[in-house]
Parts: sequence; structure tokens; C-alpha cells
Amino acid sequence: MDDLFSTSIIVATLAAGIRFAAPFLLAALGETLGQRSGVLNLGVEGVMLIGAFTAYYATLQTGQIGTGIAAALAAGLVMGGLYAFITLVMQAEQGISGIGIYLFGLGFTDLLFQKLVGTPLPIQGLPSAPIPFLSDIPILGEVFFNHTVLVYVAFLLVPVVWFVINKTTFGLNIRAVGETPEAADTLGISVNRTRLVTILISNALAALAGAAIALEAGIFQQNITAGQGFIAVALVYFGAWKAVGVMSGALLFGVVSAVVLQLKTVGIVTGAASSLLAMAPALLTIVVLVTVSRRARAPSALSQPFSRAA
Amino acid sequence: MSTTEPARTPGAVPLLELRGVTKRFPGVVANDGIDLKVMPGQIVTLLGENGAGKSTLMKIVYGLYRPDAGSVLLDGYDAGIASPSDAIAKGIGMIHQHFMLVPTLTVAENVALGMGGRRGLADMRPVRRRLAEVSERYGLSVDPDALVWQLSVGERQRAEILKALYRDARLLVLDEPTAVLTPPEVDDLFVTLRQMRADGVGMIFISHKLGEVLEISDEITVLRDGRVSGHTRPSETSREALAEMMVGRPVSLTREIPEVSPGSPVLTVEGLTVPGDRGTVAVDDLSLTVRAGEIVGIAGVSGNGQRELADAVFGLRGATSGAVVVDGRPLLGLGPRQVRDHGVAYIPEERMKDGAIGEFTVAENLMLVDHARPPFSRRGFLDFGAIDAHSRELVASYRVKTPGIHTETRHLSGGNIQKVVIAREFSADAEVLLVAQPTRGVDIGAAEYIHARLLEQRSAGAAILLISEDLDEVMALSDRIVVVLEGRVMGEVARGEATAQEIGLMMAGETRDAA
Repeated sequence: MDDLFSTSIIVATLAAGIRFAAPFLLAALGETLGQRSGVLNLGVEGVMLIGAFTAYYATLQTGQIGTGIAAALAAGLVMGGLYAFITLVMQAEQGISGIGIYLFGLGFTDLLFQKLVGTPLPIQGLPSAPIPFLSDIPILGEVFFNHTVLVYVAFLLVPVVWFVINKTTFGLNIRAVGETPEAADTLGISVNRTRLVTILISNALAALAGAAIALEAGIFQQNITAGQGFIAVALVYFGAWKAVGVMSGALLFGVVSAVVLQLKTVGIVTGAASSLLAMAPALLTIVVLVTVSRRARAPSALSQPFSRAA
Repeated sequence: MSTTEPARTPGAVPLLELRGVTKRFPGVVANDGIDLKVMPGQIVTLLGENGAGKSTLMKIVYGLYRPDAGSVLLDGYDAGIASPSDAIAKGIGMIHQHFMLVPTLTVAENVALGMGGRRGLADMRPVRRRLAEVSERYGLSVDPDALVWQLSVGERQRAEILKALYRDARLLVLDEPTAVLTPPEVDDLFVTLRQMRADGVGMIFISHKLGEVLEISDEITVLRDGRVSGHTRPSETSREALAEMMVGRPVSLTREIPEVSPGSPVLTVEGLTVPGDRGTVAVDDLSLTVRAGEIVGIAGVSGNGQRELADAVFGLRGATSGAVVVDGRPLLGLGPRQVRDHGVAYIPEERMKDGAIGEFTVAENLMLVDHARPPFSRRGFLDFGAIDAHSRELVASYRVKTPGIHTETRHLSGGNIQKVVIAREFSADAEVLLVAQPTRGVDIGAAEYIHARLLEQRSAGAAILLISEDLDEVMALSDRIVVVLEGRVMGEVARGEATAQEIGLMMAGETRDAA
């Protein structure tokens, strides 16, 4: 028991929590932008898988992690283009389309993995990039300032997303289009063009979240994201469609995941109990959705296709 | 290439001119060769029933639709308005009937929307400054930092007008701007419109309230079935003449109220308090009685507890305290089925949502309430013979215009759907009729008919609670008018005891003595 509560273990668990939070955060921030503009994308998980595989495969082939990340972003943009075509041009039902994207990502990445890679080959994972000086601070340095680039990017995106939504004309357009698209339309704001941009950004971020998972693990396997994309969608509701709220949710889930892992590693819980414990994030999601998020109000036009009424 | 020649006489160039504008939709010609002229500083009224083609025409002016034939000229030149942003750039503003405001944004943000900003940043300071100037010039006071959902309907409309003026609109289209306003608010609006007219703004005013049309217009163009059916000036016409142009036959605008001596109280509402949707108090300690053979009208601006009152009486919404009694039997706590069994019938305000099922046939809608009882149903099986016979009878006696009783109800016009609902509810021989917005969106002819049937029910001894946002309707039909504000009774007046202005002031919160 002493082991579990020693400073070093607590520090390691918190640091791991922040690391685990990053993929949630990247995906959920993207989804936040999309939902604020009225687009629901339940396919985050599928896009994350595609991002994870693309990042893994490109890194495996080139040996360049940077190429892997760029490839994941590109794959995300392609998925964004596909989702925009399905929902904006074809005006398909968004909830169902997202499930389709998820199933596509799940099956397609597995197929590509089997065909292109076969036996899992590890790649060099994303190295930690300790921030000079700050990482030397005792405890705090280890918890906050000794992470991979993608972790820093995820957290830096929080103020960026907040600023874009609240302080820019583009953000004003996003909010208008997500609440009252008819009003935006009469003022000459193109509803679908605005949504296209948020869809592209959110898919790129989802793919980046997947890349973060694969590059952290240094490997790809079937369903490597294990439902984190769905939790990311839930986190948008948890965070009441606000960047900072979403970050709190991502941190909570990251830390819970880290604690669960720690408990397993230390061997406090074993066997069936550890499998049950692994359900903690999922249970937390449900608890959060029926409590916290009931108070917040979703964007009024969420998941509603827009077309000028005849 | 434009073949149109601009007029040469200075000052005689119309701001907007429509020549032979035609717009077809599959199966209908919405606009058929329409000509219309608006001079700078002129208010031109476009009058017509629902479906006459007013909205389509205005959507063409605003660039939401393209005409199939004809031309739209601005300042004598072919305007070629391709989109709303194009229309805005050319100085056209539109006040939509359903406000085009984003409720979660502030007034200033709504005004700035779509205007761009310096380096993509949404800086509200310059917006606020200019907004203050425009507000002052036209007497349109609104707090620029208030969130739109917190504003009253009148304030929202001012925000809408500000939005257009802020964009330097020279031509303003106002689509039924008075529909949601109280009479004093209408007066304020007209002050603003006159100021704008003095500044040379041309306006197209859409309304079907004939009194207002005669008061504010310089020119009146009447549309019927997509065509111009008349063109006139207020000094040359009357309400009756305008109504006839709209409907195509003489219409009676005054209602003959038969002499009925009211009986004993049938519906009593005592200290009723009902929660609203957002946890607020929608109906607050409200009391009223309706006697047999009497119409009691509820007057109030929309959203002052009228809907919640009707829902609570009918058992669709729980009440926190108070009592609703019909014939000595308490109703609160009962569901709609039981309330109906106690002799209450209900014409809900949203006929397509709560009153009828669009995908059901006319016959099915007509038997809905009693579908599980004889004669329509025996031992769980529907008796289609009885259902059809009943429907044919009601369709004939209520003059429902429908291709047949097996037509899906959604294919009928608004007025005829309402007749279906009314036929079903009135044929239930209820003692109490709860009637909400009976003629909203219904054409003048159907409204005349519906009012006649309501008065017939009154003569037959029904106790009628009439809830309507149309003050003219309330005043024309009600024996007593109960004015409500924020769910409370502001006062009660008997027929002919108060003018529309006085009632309007009570609706806005002034007590009767002050008014």
C-alpha cells in the first residue's frame, strides 16, 4: 500500500493522466467546434482509428514520426471531406452517418493492417520533449512539462479553440450557424461552408488524436482506440460545448484511466476485478451524461441539415 | 444584357421595380406576372391571404429565390440579386416574420454577424458605438449587450430593424411586423417607420391587418393566388373593399353577436399556478370563470402563460396549486382523456402538432378522440362503415374542402385542417370549449366561418374560453376579456368597455386606471 501512495507513484500517475487526456482532448475539441456549428459526428472513433493507422504506417515506412503525423492529418482531412459530402451535400442523417464512419474506420484499418503489415512491427514511439527549465521543477515539472509534443499541442489548443469560438468573426459565424442557421443565411453567411470548415478541422483533430495513441504506443492493433472516440463525443456534452469544460472532462477521464492502470500494475486488483475496473471510464461516461450534461443546452441546430425552405 | 431602360426623370426613378415577376414551383405558380413599384420614402403594402404569393415575392427581392421570368430593377437598373448577401450589399433589408436572430448571441453580435471584422476578430466596440447612433436616430432602444433570448418580442423586433438599418438599408421589407406586437408597440413601430420614410427609406409592408394597412401605407397592392388582384391607396379604399380584393368575394368583417343571456358558471379556475418549461412560473395565481353561453377571451402578448393555462386546464401539464372546476367537479390531476370525459373539448394552438395528425386521413382525424369507443370501434375492431359515415357528415356540415375523406390531412390548406379539428371538437357536445388561436394562419373566408361556428356554440350554451394573440379577434367575439401578463390577470373588461389601445396598454403592464 505504501508503494501506491508514495510521491513518485502519485506523480507518475498524474503525469500518465495528462498523457492519457491528450487524445480525448484533441478529439473532443474538434468535435466541440463541429457541434457548435450544428454538426454531430459520431464517427470520431472511426476517424481516430484511421489517423492511428495512417500515422503508424507512414512512420513505419519512412522512419519519420513527423511524416506519420502529417499523414494522419491528411487522412483526417479526407475523412472530413467524406463526412461533409455525406452530411452537407447529401444531407444524410448525421447520427447514423457517424456510426457508418465508425464501422468503416474499424473495418478498414483492420483490413489495411492485415494486408499491408500483417505481423505487428513496433515503431519508434513519440519521444518526450521536456520543456527546458520548467521540467526541472520538482514534481510539477514531471507532471506537466515532460510530455510529447502532441500532449502540449492538445492543451495549447484549449485557449485557441476558446479564442476562435468567442473572439473571432469566424467563431461568431460558427455559433450563429449552430443555433439559428436560417438567421445566418439571411445575413449572407454560408451555412454549409462554415460547417465544411468545422468538419474538416474536427476530423483532422480526431485523426491527430488517433495518431497520438498509436505513436504513444509505438504500435498499431485492431481497435487500438478502444472507444476513446465515443468518450470524446460524450466529453463535449460533459464540457457543455466549452473548450475549458471539455478539458476538465478530458483530464478527469485521463486521470481515472491512469489510476485504473496503476491499480492493475501494482496488483491491488487482479483477474476479473481488474476487468471490471477497466469499465470505470465507461461507467463514468454514463454517470456524467445523466447528471452533469443534463443542465447544459446543446446548440439548437445540432444534427439538423440545413437547406432553404421552399 | 439588360434591355431595361432607366427612367430619365429625376426623382421619379423607383427604388425597386418588379416587372412581370413569375415564380413557379412544382404544381403551383406562386407568382404570376407581378408588377410592383416602390419609390424612395414610400411605404407600399403588400396585402394578401396566406399562400397568395407574398413571401415568395419577397424572397425573390431578397435573393433567396430567382424568378423564372420578369425582372427586378433597383434604381432603374436590372438588379440581378443573387443571394441575401448580394441583397444586403445593394441596400435591401428584410424583417422576417419569424425573427432571424440568434438567441444565444447579444444584440451587438447579431448586428455584427456576417459583416466581417478587422483581421477576423469580432470586436464589438465599434459595433456598439454605431448601434447607439442608429438607435437614437430612430427611437429604437435596445441594450446592445443583452442576449437576444432575454429580450421581449418588441425588443427583438427593434433589434431586427436595427440590424437592417446598421447595414444602411435603403429598401426595407417588413414581413408581418405587427403580428406579434401589442397595439402600443405597433404605434411605436409606426413612429419608427415614419421616421425612416422621412429619411427616404422605401418600405414594403406586409400585413393582413386591414386597419394598420390603411393607417401606414402610401400605396397598397393586393395579391390573390399569385396575381395582383388590385392596386389602390388608403384614401381611395376601405377595409371591406380590401378584404374583397384579397378573398375575391364580399366578406363580412363585422361579427353579428346574437343575444344570449349567460347561464351559471361552468368553468371555474381558482388561484391556478402552473410552472413553465424553464422552471419559471408561467401561470401565476390566476382565477377566472366562464359561464354557459359566454365567450371569455384571454388577451395578452404571446408567451404570457396562455399556452400553459390551456395545457393545465386540459390536463396536459401539471399545476403547482389552485383548482380547475367544471360543473362542480375538480379537473386538476386528471389526464386529457378524463378531462374530455368531463365535457371539455380543446382546439390547441398548434393544429398540426397537437390538433391533428398530418399523415392520417381526414376520416381518421375526425374520429380520433372516440376511436376506441362505439360506434367507431367494437371489441377492439374499427368499424370503417361508421367512421366513414361520420366523416362524410362532418366534412359536409363543416364545409371542409378536401378531395375526399381518405385524403391525408396534411394536403389540406391551413383553414381546412382547422375546420377538421373544429368539426371533431365541436361535435363532441362539450360543455366547455377551450379554443386557442382558432384562426391563426387561416384565410379571411375560413376565419369568418370559424367565428360563426364559435358563436353558434355560444348560442347553444357552451362555455368558451378563447385564447388568441389576435386582439381584434378577442375583441370581436368575447363577452368578457381577461388581460394577462406574465401569467397574472391584469384586469377584466366587458364587451365594448375598452378600446384596443386601452387593452394593449394593459397587456403591456399598465393598470387600467393609468391607461
